[in-house]
Amino acid sequence: MFDKEMTEKNSVAPGHNACSGCGLVLAARLVLNAAGKDIIVTTATGCLEVTTTNYPHSAWRVPWIHSLFENSSAVASGIEAALKAQGKADKIKVISQGGDGATADIGMMCLSGMFERGHDILYVCYDNEAYMNTGIQRSSLTPFDASTSTTPFGKYSFGNPTNKKDMPAIAAAHHIPYIATASVAYPQDIEKKVKKALQIKGPKYLQLHAPCPLGWGFKTAYSIKIAKLAVQTGLYPLFEMENGVITSRKKLARVLPVEAYLKEQTRFKHLFVSEDGKKELERIQAMANENIKKFGLA
Amino acid sequence: MKKVLEGSKAIAEAVKLCRPQVISAYPITPQTHIVEALSRMVAEGQLKAEFINVESEFSAASVILGACAAGSRAYSTTTSQGLLLMVEVLFNLAGMRLPVVLTCTNRSVSAPINIWNDHQDVMTIRDAGLILLFAEDNQEAYDLHFVAYKVGESKEVSLPVVVNMDGFILTHAYEPIEILTQEQVDEFLPPFQPLKKLDPENPATFGMLADPGWYLETRISMQKAMENSKSVLKQVIGEFRQKFGRLAGDLLETYRMEQAKTAFVAMGSMVGTLKDMVDEERDKGNPVGLVKVRSFRPFPEEELREVLGSAEKILVLEKAFSLGLGGILYHELRSALYGLPLSPQISGYVLGLGGRDIPKKSLSKILEDFNKTTPALNFVDAKENILKEHLYV
Ligand SMILES: Cc1ncc(C[n+]2csc(CCOP(=O)(O)OP(=O)(O)O)c2C)c(N)n1
Ligand SMILES: [Mg+2]
Repeated sequence: MFDKEMTEKNSVAPGHNACSGCGLVLAARLVLNAAGKDIIVTTATGCLEVTTTNYPHSAWRVPWIHSLFENSSAVASGIEAALKAQGKADKIKVISQGGDGATADIGMMCLSGMFERGHDILYVCYDNEAYMNTGIQRSSLTPFDASTSTTPFGKYSFGNPTNKKDMPAIAAAHHIPYIATASVAYPQDIEKKVKKALQIKGPKYLQLHAPCPLGWGFKTAYSIKIAKLAVQTGLYPLFEMENGVITSRKKLARVLPVEAYLKEQTRFKHLFVSEDGKKELERIQAMANENIKKFGLA
Repeated sequence: MKKVLEGSKAIAEAVKLCRPQVISAYPITPQTHIVEALSRMVAEGQLKAEFINVESEFSAASVILGACAAGSRAYSTTTSQGLLLMVEVLFNLAGMRLPVVLTCTNRSVSAPINIWNDHQDVMTIRDAGLILLFAEDNQEAYDLHFVAYKVGESKEVSLPVVVNMDGFILTHAYEPIEILTQEQVDEFLPPFQPLKKLDPENPATFGMLADPGWYLETRISMQKAMENSKSVLKQVIGEFRQKFGRLAGDLLETYRMEQAKTAFVAMGSMVGTLKDMVDEERDKGNPVGLVKVRSFRPFPEEELREVLGSAEKILVLEKAFSLGLGGILYHELRSALYGLPLSPQISGYVLGLGGRDIPKKSLSKILEDFNKTTPALNFVDAKENILKEHLYV
């Protein structure tokens, strides 16, 4: 879409240098466009920051700050406090952004602090399921059995040996008022969730699935297709939780087998070459089934 | 007006008068009394500020970073392990040119864990781009906070400032403090006018990526800001002295340096003890003087050359050293004085580490022995038996 008026309204301007097909930058644009202009945005170190702020050019049409890898939420806390002190907290909303590594690994302490202190901030985790900026190393949101540069498959390895950390549950344990998952494949859903979150006072957590063609190994034109398959197989359940209660979930008209999603990506291709791989696929299918049951997706 | 106050309480009073809008800190001995006093002031409505109780010093530093970028005056305080946990953010604050003020109630660093005073903590950040000021007593620590905000926030500087005061020795000592009124402070310190801030009306980007074609110049501009801060410090300290009659000297303070042949150089609370010693030596007819380094960053190279230019013997006394090299102030001073026509003898003494007492007796001995040797690295009052019997050496 190269409509000039449209691009000029984007809070993330074109001209960044993310890879083609990047789910992350697309997701960020959808989030910020939904949020409007009266916002201040913080961003952790990672692909989103590196690809958008090559000095002296910036793709951000909203006030934006990057400090470090692990403190996006704490910097946002300070901004929110300053806005309160200045009497502007009702007018200007604070959005804190980070990748899955920045959120679930190195920035966990700061994020827990932000939740627990009750700051009026929307935190958005762009989940591309590995440390992409430094070359596709695993994070604690990398899915089970994904081959990454630090959990490569090999004679003694099926890839990442651990399950994806349940970040929404960790956020929920802080009793924050709003938690949601979303996917770049469903733009209207993102818009709806962001707008709703910004109406709610207090800390909000939104985790957004954002495929990475380079890191996951698929054609750049397939980002949306892949993202959709993650949802349709039950591997990435989309839901909202308000005050501790699940209030919406994306129902699946037809549940697809996990192979439909996994076989499209190089990071899982080693699961399709041996008998042992079949057993691994069964384990992954069991995880999807568990999600479908837990969230009532079918 | 004079009031007898605990050092920490005096600092909290000074911070309150500076009208910070956001305060964030995490407790650590011996800084706790400062944050406790500030949180009481906020709870009682004496100070209108957002007080953010964080889960770590790392977040405390990040919170004041965000607050300052959003255009609010911000404050934190820490020491020792807390300062080390902040280090990554402190470099970042300097690089983004955010003029927050921190009080460092100086304490040793672990291991072994030790809660008492020395200057090893702050030496970790000497290259980070923060202005580092040292106080000799609580009055000076109090006064330096007003100076710190004014210098840090000036357009030619725009850098964070750390006011260092010795843990326990100052923070927990009760002394009469000449206090300022809100009107006096408001007149001296205008509201914070940031060079740029996070504002939807005028969206700016902070914390960009600078590739090899740009990075060097960002560091040069910080060095220029540091250089500018010398004259701004002089001017602001001068203005403070003129208005309130305190703070002798500026980057340095000299004590009885007239015709001094021997000079002590030191920072922090031990300067008080050294002043007494200088008086005694002068009474005996010995031409001894003292140079107190108030500003360690920016480092007053030229100023040191000027005041020490005719000294024959210089004794650098310090509460920190660089493992594998020696005294830090000692080495920096030597390099500052390199090439002086008189080429004075310079000795380095490390003392008071981990809170060890500095008896006047030991200082007299240093002075006595100085004629025999001029050691580069001398540990004062080190206990040989502990070294031999209990430690790997
Ligand atoms: C303290 C620290 N450790 C490590 C790094 C290196 N680093 C920068 S970005 C990054 C990975 C980012 O991963 P993620 O948060 O998932 O974001 P992505 O790039 O995948 O969008 C790493 C390891 C750093 N900048 N700072
Ligand atoms: Mg990632």
